[in-house]
Amino acid sequence: MEDDAPVIYGLEFQARALSAQTAETDAIRFLVGTQSLRYDNQIHVIDFDDESNIINKNVLLHHAGEIWQISANPADRNVLATCYNNTSDSKVTSSAAVWRIPKELQAGNQEVPDDSSNNTQTLELLCHLNNDSHSSLSNSTTLEGKGQLKFTSGRWSPHHNCTQVATANDTTIRGWDIRTMRQIYCIDNAHGQLVRDLDFNPNKQYYLASCGDDCKVKFWDTRNVNEPVKTLEEHSHWVWSVRYNHSHDQLVLTGSSDSRVILSNMVSISSEPFGHLVDDEDLSDQEDSQRDEKTKEPLQDSIIATYEEHEDSVYAVEWSSADPWLFASLSYDGRLVINRVPRALKYNILL
Amino acid sequence: MEEEDAGRRRKAHGMLKLYYGITEEGKSGERLLDPTDINGVHFNPEMYLTKLRKESSLAQLMDVETDMVRQIRALDSDMQTLVYENYNKFISATDTIRKMKNDFKKMEDEMDGLAANMAVITEFSARISSTLQERHQHITKLSGVHTLLRKLQFLFELPARLKKCIEMSAFAQAVSYHAKARSVLQQYQHMPSFHGIQTDCQAIMAGLADTLHQRFRDQSSSPLDLSECIELLLSLEEPAHLLCDEFLAHGRGRLAAHLSDLEGASDILEFVDRGCGGFISDACLLAASYQSLFCKEPSCTAQMAEQKLTTFLDELSEGYFELVEKRLREEKSPGDNSLLVRALDRFHRRLQAPSKLVPGCNFNRRGTEIVVRVAQERLAQYLQALKNFFQGCLTDVRQALAAPRTPGKEAPALGELLAMLSGSVLNQIKSVLASVHLFTAKDVAFSDKPYFKGEFCSQGVREGLIVAFIKSVCQTGRQFCDSPGEKGASTPPLLLLLLSRLCLDYETSTISYILTLTDEQFLGQDHSSVTPVSTLCSLARSTAQTLLNQYVKSQGLVVSQMLRKSVETRDWVTTIEPRNVRAVMKRVVEDITSVDVQVGLLYEEGVRKAHSSDSSKRTFSVYSSSRLQGRYAQSYTPSAPLDTSLLSNIQKLFSERIDIFSTVQFNKVSILTGIIKISLKTFLECVRLRTFGRFGLQQIQVDCHYLQLYLWRFVSDENLVHCLLDEVVCSAAHRCLDPLPMEQSVIEVICERG
Repeated sequence: MEDDAPVIYGLEFQARALSAQTAETDAIRFLVGTQSLRYDNQIHVIDFDDESNIINKNVLLHHAGEIWQISANPADRNVLATCYNNTSDSKVTSSAAVWRIPKELQAGNQEVPDDSSNNTQTLELLCHLNNDSHSSLSNSTTLEGKGQLKFTSGRWSPHHNCTQVATANDTTIRGWDIRTMRQIYCIDNAHGQLVRDLDFNPNKQYYLASCGDDCKVKFWDTRNVNEPVKTLEEHSHWVWSVRYNHSHDQLVLTGSSDSRVILSNMVSISSEPFGHLVDDEDLSDQEDSQRDEKTKEPLQDSIIATYEEHEDSVYAVEWSSADPWLFASLSYDGRLVINRVPRALKYNILL
Repeated sequence: MEEEDAGRRRKAHGMLKLYYGITEEGKSGERLLDPTDINGVHFNPEMYLTKLRKESSLAQLMDVETDMVRQIRALDSDMQTLVYENYNKFISATDTIRKMKNDFKKMEDEMDGLAANMAVITEFSARISSTLQERHQHITKLSGVHTLLRKLQFLFELPARLKKCIEMSAFAQAVSYHAKARSVLQQYQHMPSFHGIQTDCQAIMAGLADTLHQRFRDQSSSPLDLSECIELLLSLEEPAHLLCDEFLAHGRGRLAAHLSDLEGASDILEFVDRGCGGFISDACLLAASYQSLFCKEPSCTAQMAEQKLTTFLDELSEGYFELVEKRLREEKSPGDNSLLVRALDRFHRRLQAPSKLVPGCNFNRRGTEIVVRVAQERLAQYLQALKNFFQGCLTDVRQALAAPRTPGKEAPALGELLAMLSGSVLNQIKSVLASVHLFTAKDVAFSDKPYFKGEFCSQGVREGLIVAFIKSVCQTGRQFCDSPGEKGASTPPLLLLLLSRLCLDYETSTISYILTLTDEQFLGQDHSSVTPVSTLCSLARSTAQTLLNQYVKSQGLVVSQMLRKSVETRDWVTTIEPRNVRAVMKRVVEDITSVDVQVGLLYEEGVRKAHSSDSSKRTFSVYSSSRLQGRYAQSYTPSAPLDTSLLSNIQKLFSERIDIFSTVQFNKVSILTGIIKISLKTFLECVRLRTFGRFGLQQIQVDCHYLQLYLWRFVSDENLVHCLLDEVVCSAAHRCLDPLPMEQSVIEVICERG
């Protein structure tokens, strides 16, 4: 039971950017980027030891500016990309860059946890994403419409050989095919107000979750854009982030500026609504009877847990890439909370 | 003299009495015992004399003596007269007896004579009768022969007679003649002469039967003719079932004509009248005559005929009922319910006659079924009409709300609109109840059917109409809340507010009032489960809550859109030094004030947390500014960025978590608190997404102070506004490149100026 208690880590600065280290499948590792206008910004590489419940951190300096968005290279665990704002001469410029984590940290990060905070290292810049010699704009298209159009979020679809991207601007979600750079679907008025985040179901290629300022989380089938498949309305303020669990897509994590993180179990629209069908034949009679009881329970979408460890708006939530039962959430005041899926539910899904 | 006379008479009487042994009563008895009393029974002359001699003087003795002599004389004379009188009487009696004796002797002689005469007479009479006997037998025989001959003559004349009758078309006569002769002919048909007559007769009668059949089949012949024909044919021993069939077939033609006639009727009442007058009464007539013809006495024929009639009527009535139902279904306009009920009543009443006549057929049941179905359909129509009316009212209200308010910024009279809306809906419900009530009126025949007594009242009217309507009102309300557009523009927020108040009113009073009204009018006897008032009330309450939440949300959205735009579209880094409060903030305050006015028209004030005097506001703002400065001072020291978050965290530990889009209570303060919470939280989130220059921060400070000045009065807990605004300023400071806050006094001056 103690294992289920949340682990809290505090950053000195305010922070919005959180990412799991996607390429890392052994260790539970998260990247957090800070936002500070007046001090050097940092990227915290946070390792979590599942057994001892201990957090190890490595701080990397990010001199370029305050980090709004961070994401890890899915192939090389030492490469990451950030979106950042740079303020100089009372001008704010937004840019993006790809970075490499310095060598020393890669090699022996487990052995030198003590002095890592003292000798902070600087990220190695690989390239700026600004269409210079190192990188080139492969494709672009412009969204046409009235007024100032701003994309609030974008997401790769893991399906279709990664040829699709979904973007959100204002209340609309659009799907793009990057081979033709044409719009393939458009969900008008997906939310009553701004759409804040998107995520694709990793197992069902047409399923998409979105969240927004109307406090709702909606699940869409992109083949039918008129009606959401499901709508959740559990948060009491804007929902900033929504994430599907990578392995068990009935688990959906949402973070909101009402300082809550909610874990929902969307059984009815997951890829494994009848999770036990596969092993049916192997079961002995006795187990059968037990299973009967289980299957008799109606499959209900439910809220599994509401996590209230945060005291400020939660802008980012992320599942661990190594342990599918573990997730982190980050609130604006720099508090990172690592939580686990309740054990009862975990066994329920697994067995 | 008289006295003496009386005394004498008494004496005589006394003697007689004595003689006859009648004792005098009491007093005189004593006297009688006296032996000296000369008139007594025990008179002793010796004693009397001695006594007299002893007691009386000589003179007295003399007197007694004379007296006695005189008395003796008188007695003697009396005795003599008596004897004479009685003697005469006795003589005459003896005479009479003698005379009687003579007379009796004479009479005896006469009697003897008479007896002799009588014997003679008897003898004579016996002799006469014996002589006449032979003759009498002969005469009897002769008269028998005479009758037989007459019968035979009748038989021989029968064919001719029948022909003549037929020529004169006196069919009844012919049939009766034939009936008389038939059995005889049957009996003696082995004799050639009779057989000839029989065949003749049969041929003639067959011809007659044909004629009758023809007449029978003739469409134009009247029912009276028909029944005559049938009667004749029956007595001709035609097979009854064929006749039944033919009769019914004949009737079918006429009834079908009635049915086709019905289709033309325009008015429902006229339609039913025509149906009753034409079809039903003809069917009754038909059934009655049929029954009198075929079902007179219980036999297997009668049973068969009865069955035929039942199936026939069932078949025909099927068509009729279908027609009626179709017609009734066309009766859609809800206004003239009384007409419909009257028509139904008439329809139902008229069906009683045939169903009484032919108990086997299910006229009554079918009729009742139709009435019940029509009533149910009617209820459904009324429900639809009520719903439409409600929608219409809502449209009116929408128009009233949307109407441009030219004279100044006068708020629309929400109270009046609400009263108008609920009043007109209530009136409509009442009028519908009144119309529906016609179905159960006492003078309507079908109102005492079990359906109308029980199910119609409870399931139909109460559940199907009233409860369903209330539910639909709630449903309509809810639909406004989750309309797919939900951009706020789809439903005017004021309508939400109005509907929420309406639902709340329903919860507190209207529902129970309507249901009580319904229960009173429709005292249902059946105790099937009905939706309790509490369920409806809670439904209405939750609807009101949802609507109000939606109102708060959409109003909050309006204000927060304004704030968001104002934050997002400005370049906060290069902005100039603040000189006054931004216009947006004034708009926000204005908007919230107008919302306050609107809500105040419909909802009560509600409770706020204690202090709200002007002085408290002033001290509060001073306190807040001092605290603000304290916090900034902390964050300026570059070495301690941690402290800031620590401090704010500590502060948050002690303040309650604020749920932004939470449910509100049914009062003004709570509603406005909700709206302000939403707006300020949006403000906060927007500020966090921007980067500020020094003057940008200062502008935010000014704006926040302005809001602080004006918004505290609307909310239940001014601490809340303060907290949120405080956080806005804090966040702005964090997002500021050059955080140099403005002097509190300057801020106050700017705010008071603007």
